[in-house]
Amino acid sequence: MPIKSYILHYEENKKEVLMSELCKFDNCEIIPAQTHAVIVIVTDTNSEEEDTELYNQLLEIKGLKHLSLVSGFDAK
Amino acid sequence: MLNKIIMEQTKVDRRSFIKKMAAAAAMTAAATMFPGIVFAAEQIENIPKGGNLDWKKGPCRFCGVGCGILVGVENGKAVAVKGDPNSSVNKGLLCVKGYHQTMCIQAKDRLTHALVKKNGSYVKTPINEALDLVASKMKSTIEKHGKDSVAMYTSGQSTIPEGYVASKLMKGAIGTNNLDCNARLCMASAVTGFLTTFGADEPMGCYEDIDYADYFITWGNNMAEMHPVLFSRMLEQKNNRGAKIIDFATRTTRSSMAANKSILFEPQTDLAVANAICYEIINNGWVNKSFVEKHCNFSKGSTNIGYGTEDKFKFTDKPEAINFEEYKEFLKDYTPEKVAKYSKVSVKDIKYLANIYGDPNKKVVSYWCMGMNQHTRGTWMNNLVYNIHLLTGKISQPGNGPFSLTGQPSACGTAREVGTFTHKLPKGVVMNPKHRELAAKIWKVPVERIPSKPTYHATEMFRAVDRGEIKFIWTQVTNPLVSLPKTSRYRPAMEKESCFVVVSDVFPTPTSDVADVILPASWHIEKGGLYGNSERRTQHWDKMVEGPGETTPDAWMTIEVAKRMGYGDLFPYSKENHVEEIYNEYRQFHEGAKHGMAPLEVLKKESGAIWPYVDGKSTQWRFNSKYDPACDNGEDFHFYGKPDGKAVIWQRPFENAPEMPDQEYPFWLNTGRVIEHWHTGSMTRRIPVLHRAMPNAYVELHPEDAIKFGIRNGEKVKVTSRRGSCTLPASINERGLPTKGQVFVPFFDESLLINDVTLDAFCPISKEPDYKKCAVKIEKV
Repeated sequence: MPIKSYILHYEENKKEVLMSELCKFDNCEIIPAQTHAVIVIVTDTNSEEEDTELYNQLLEIKGLKHLSLVSGFDAK
Repeated sequence: MLNKIIMEQTKVDRRSFIKKMAAAAAMTAAATMFPGIVFAAEQIENIPKGGNLDWKKGPCRFCGVGCGILVGVENGKAVAVKGDPNSSVNKGLLCVKGYHQTMCIQAKDRLTHALVKKNGSYVKTPINEALDLVASKMKSTIEKHGKDSVAMYTSGQSTIPEGYVASKLMKGAIGTNNLDCNARLCMASAVTGFLTTFGADEPMGCYEDIDYADYFITWGNNMAEMHPVLFSRMLEQKNNRGAKIIDFATRTTRSSMAANKSILFEPQTDLAVANAICYEIINNGWVNKSFVEKHCNFSKGSTNIGYGTEDKFKFTDKPEAINFEEYKEFLKDYTPEKVAKYSKVSVKDIKYLANIYGDPNKKVVSYWCMGMNQHTRGTWMNNLVYNIHLLTGKISQPGNGPFSLTGQPSACGTAREVGTFTHKLPKGVVMNPKHRELAAKIWKVPVERIPSKPTYHATEMFRAVDRGEIKFIWTQVTNPLVSLPKTSRYRPAMEKESCFVVVSDVFPTPTSDVADVILPASWHIEKGGLYGNSERRTQHWDKMVEGPGETTPDAWMTIEVAKRMGYGDLFPYSKENHVEEIYNEYRQFHEGAKHGMAPLEVLKKESGAIWPYVDGKSTQWRFNSKYDPACDNGEDFHFYGKPDGKAVIWQRPFENAPEMPDQEYPFWLNTGRVIEHWHTGSMTRRIPVLHRAMPNAYVELHPEDAIKFGIRNGEKVKVTSRRGSCTLPASINERGLPTKGQVFVPFFDESLLINDVTLDAFCPISKEPDYKKCAVKIEKV
């Protein structure tokens, strides 16, 4: 049951679009920075497979520049 | 049913806690990249708070920045770490490693008891019995083969007391200079650079320079990953007052991406570019004439000085005074137009850099670390950057100066200041009779016992193990069989029966795998100690928690062995207060205005103090009479490390690397570090958060090279040199981007040993190996 946190860097002026895309994921908490083009996200999934699928879906979001993994826990 | 509900609730609470921890880690990491970053307030409030934790101060365990940390202790266990807001180094910030550091203590494979190899297997042994064996083996080896048959190899991560007692045991008690340390691998060129130019080691400025500089020029230095907290302070100045960061490097990194400008150069040609900058400064009339006339001499040294790839290599430089006109004539070979042809730096960019240094109204700090130091002409490179600052007089002033950063937390405090190198003493060098006399007086040993000739530097020490000359070696706080260059030679050397190997460490490593005795060391906060960081800041910490099993501080293990060897009278320290007793003895070496160390009472109260500590005050800018009480020549500046008070501008040419890409091995190999891992990964790979974030090493390729070889991300690539091979997954356009014709591999991963591939060539002056340049070929596996 992986829990991971990422720093997400996005293209300028894409914050709102990106936020609305991220809000579509149930298993993803969003913590936007107020002063920089950065969003912290925390993912909470039931399996490694689900985690990989979510990761790949995140990479597909338009406006995302870079997704950088910071921490990962297995919360069994 | 009730039990099930409680269990489910516990699970939910735990998941919720872990999610908060994960969020906090990411927000902290973001804060190191973007100082002053603000997240939604309600989320910040959800970060787990300290509760009733007892917060204890100390320096971070990892890099040379020396961030102040506060460790939260509850019921005798370290449960949290946060940045110390009272530390002027980091002002409460920490990087992702610093934040998670204490999580390694509980690793399941922690070394908790001594292990002695018997009939090929390790047998758990009482610590006193293991120390008896170490002492008797060391003593009998000396009796049979002489005192130069035993050696100690220590660390820039050893505390000041640990380094001090190792030096006293080897040089003062036994009487051998067979002591060197892993700091030889990371900043020896910085030392020889300082000594040849200024006659005094360590930077003249301090981190407060960041608050005043208009430009930060980083020379082969990925600060965003290696010195992240300092880089975040630079970014803050960039954002708040428009300071500019110029990244001059051989590879595009996170630092390049955050900089105002990134300039890439062909490996080794930094020597030529630095000379071209000096050419431009002179040619455009930007020399600060009065400064140079009053405070500088000009010299040249030997050329074609070799690379040390052969055993028992010897080199002594032959300095020769020259004048300004001769120096100017020499620089004619380094016009921007000539240098641009082989450095791959455009004429425009060379002139751009020279303009920044040459503008009298701009304050400039140059930063460097491994890129310049791990270089077969590392001493020269250090000299050349000093030349730029000396020609323009931009030195020893707030916001103006060259600043050599160290890699390890006490490379300065222990390796350089205590002197755990073969040629060093706590004050000065073994070659100097006055320095030997002082050491003999403080150590209370006959001066004749301290040998006057250095013996083995790090690389040569392990060659001597291979040759069978060293028959006993004790390593402390270091993992040479992952970190040495050309481990493909030194691993079999250490496995030979001709050498008895003792390894003190906290965790098992590839080095402890070849040991005859493994001694269980206390980790950082399980003992008291002192570290000295890059800005000459000495920091103290008290023991915070008990270590497991029979773990023992390295200093105390050295003392116990010394006592068992019959040197008890030289080591009259008590187990409870040995840190304090040793530091007070050590301070005597540095008494005076040029290197006075702060008293322990001050260090216990404050988040460190910068030496020279004079009349209750740190000296932030040395050699500047406004700030440095040791200046006594009546001028604005006094480079008192040299007998005539003048710094030296060195004529140093460009010379090629010892091994360059050719038809058979067409790529440069560059090695280095990543933000998640500390050096060989023995600690950080046991911290789940960091290990999962960066689980294995990889090979970075330029996308065009990847296409040419049909390699895609994650596919296995075999990297081969004339010394060995390493197969790693490919990384294309991910963390870093090497230039075309270059590959980069981080060295933290003991299961993917890239140092089997590297070359053990070194700077003939500093004896520091070059891990940044050798020739390799790549194959898709």
